[in-house]
Amino acid sequence: MTTTSAIFAFPADLIRRAARGTALPVATILLLALTLWYAGTVFLNAAVVTDQYQRDRKTSWTTEEFIADTMSMERPVLPAPHQVAAELEKSIFGVRLTSKRNLLYHAWVTFSAAFLGFGFGNLLGIALAIAIVHLKSLERALLPWVIASQTVPTLAIAPMIIVVLGSIGFVGLLPKALISTYLCFFPVTIGMVKGLSSPEPIQLDLLRTYSASEVQTLRYLRLPASLSFLFPSMKVAVALAIVGAIVGELPTGAQAGLGARLLAGSYYGQTVQIWSALVAASVLSGASVGLIDLGERWLDRRLGGQR
Amino acid sequence: MKRDPVLIIALALAGLALFLPLGGASWTAAPMAFALWLAMFAASAFQTLRPLPTTRAFVLLAFAALAGGYSLLQLIEAGANGGEALALWTGLASLFFLIWRVVERAAMLGIERPGIATLIAAPLIFGIWLLYVWQVLVLGFKVPGVLLPAPSVICAALIGARETLAADFVQTFIKAVIPGFFIGGGAGFVTGLLVDHMPFLQRGLLPLGNLVSALPIVAVAPIMVMWFGFDWQSKAAVVVIMTFFPMLVNTIAGLEALGRIERDLMATYAASYGQTLSMAKLPAALPFVFNALKVNSTLALIGAIVAEFFGTPIVGMGFRISTEVGRMNISMVWATIAVAAVAGSASYGLIALAERRFTFWHPSFRKP
Repeated sequence: MTTTSAIFAFPADLIRRAARGTALPVATILLLALTLWYAGTVFLNAAVVTDQYQRDRKTSWTTEEFIADTMSMERPVLPAPHQVAAELEKSIFGVRLTSKRNLLYHAWVTFSAAFLGFGFGNLLGIALAIAIVHLKSLERALLPWVIASQTVPTLAIAPMIIVVLGSIGFVGLLPKALISTYLCFFPVTIGMVKGLSSPEPIQLDLLRTYSASEVQTLRYLRLPASLSFLFPSMKVAVALAIVGAIVGELPTGAQAGLGARLLAGSYYGQTVQIWSALVAASVLSGASVGLIDLGERWLDRRLGGQR
Repeated sequence: MKRDPVLIIALALAGLALFLPLGGASWTAAPMAFALWLAMFAASAFQTLRPLPTTRAFVLLAFAALAGGYSLLQLIEAGANGGEALALWTGLASLFFLIWRVVERAAMLGIERPGIATLIAAPLIFGIWLLYVWQVLVLGFKVPGVLLPAPSVICAALIGARETLAADFVQTFIKAVIPGFFIGGGAGFVTGLLVDHMPFLQRGLLPLGNLVSALPIVAVAPIMVMWFGFDWQSKAAVVVIMTFFPMLVNTIAGLEALGRIERDLMATYAASYGQTLSMAKLPAALPFVFNALKVNSTLALIGAIVAEFFGTPIVGMGFRISTEVGRMNISMVWATIAVAAVAGSASYGLIALAERRFTFWHPSFRKP
């Protein structure tokens, strides 16, 4: 980390080092995005505000007043960032943690389904990959269908699957988790097939000279070699798992979760609520990716990897 | 000489099936099924005792599998169903082991003499087997059509409602997915090119772009419907947003992928920026761009269909799915899903073909 080690350095030096690192560029882009967002707020809400003024027979207004009005609407076309922040603050700290109006509660509901599905998806993906790597005919016969399985618009039929599973007694967490599983086994399978077959022939030959069994080869060579492929796949998979859980909450059956918040917001035109649910979903998936990154670093150190 | 254990298991199960109860039917009441089953048994037994070389073994076993498969369908028609039709399920298990060998022989054929027919044989047979198992399970256990329709019923719905499905396809795929896919991908690519000029922006955009492509972008669908209205424009907008970031991230990473030596070489030629771009950087970026196109081809369809759940005119694949679910007309839903899956696979396949064409030099296409 360039920036942390440079904290005690001379300020000019600090700025130069920050510019070479990623922190300053990222901050700049974020600032740019925020500016664009504010501009978009004024631009997109302008028509509604003008309309309102005409209805109120208001004939003259200052620019500042106009801009302030575009940013403080009840149901804006695009809410301003600070409105979303205020809504987030209100729905996280303003109500009890266990209350159904608390956003953290909804985020937890979504996260638990996504996490369960992510676990299943990883197990399924790794099992499939091990089978594919060990049975040559399976690679030809099964792998194309693994790819084709993802062209089925699962997200699009998720509501139907939820309804069907609900009618045969599966309710609550499991149906949502199944959708997450279906979405996230794919990157894991593809990454693990690549990772498990990544050892060089010379390494496989070495294990053969040790007369290692297939299981031992898997345990001591293939699995460790596949880790650097597994973690990037898991990062993709966890994001997909969260998307799957959110879409699984869209049918009316789900009363809780970020997806239910999105749908409710969309029904009642509560744009600020939609955006705050969106932000919560983004933070959730960003944090999950970060968590996996931490796990990757930890495991890497444990296995004596050098970075 | 060692006999093939997989075929021996298949034979044992097939023999067992002849003596197990058949639920509502019996082997004697279905002579056609009985004859076919014996033919399957004989062909498999022949291959077990006197193994043929790959091609002929494949033909013989494929014939056996067809006969056995048809025999089980006849049994179901004759009234065998439910948990007590043990012979049916033992027969299905026996077919599983037989198919295992057929698929393996087909895969070996693909290795021995590569060609389009032999290369797609193994996955094709496996796919047909999956559909067959689905059909037998649904018919055999009498699963209500509301839960899961049989493939034959879905196929009938597909043919019966082809005009509606075609209209939905045009509305969703032609009007929303294709423009959105090209606009989103094009915008991502151009932004990537522009950003490549400015290393500062590039370093800022890459981590953020990675973050954004991990976000549940589908969730902007209700907002887009609010902004752009109910017709295809809002769906195209969702597709644009969904396809933009994967393309941006991949373009940036791809333009970065050019090695130091190649850069230096272009510099010694005194190549201009445009020349370096067109002759070295773009070709190096192509594999990444194709990667993004592949990811986008499935994302785009999903985006458009999900966006239709939040408001749509009375046509479109997402609309069809949500209304037919409401009417409990599940076979129509599955027909729409089949159309979507075929469209998705076809676009994926087209892009994969183009990839082979344009990046034939890439290591992953080298013959082993």
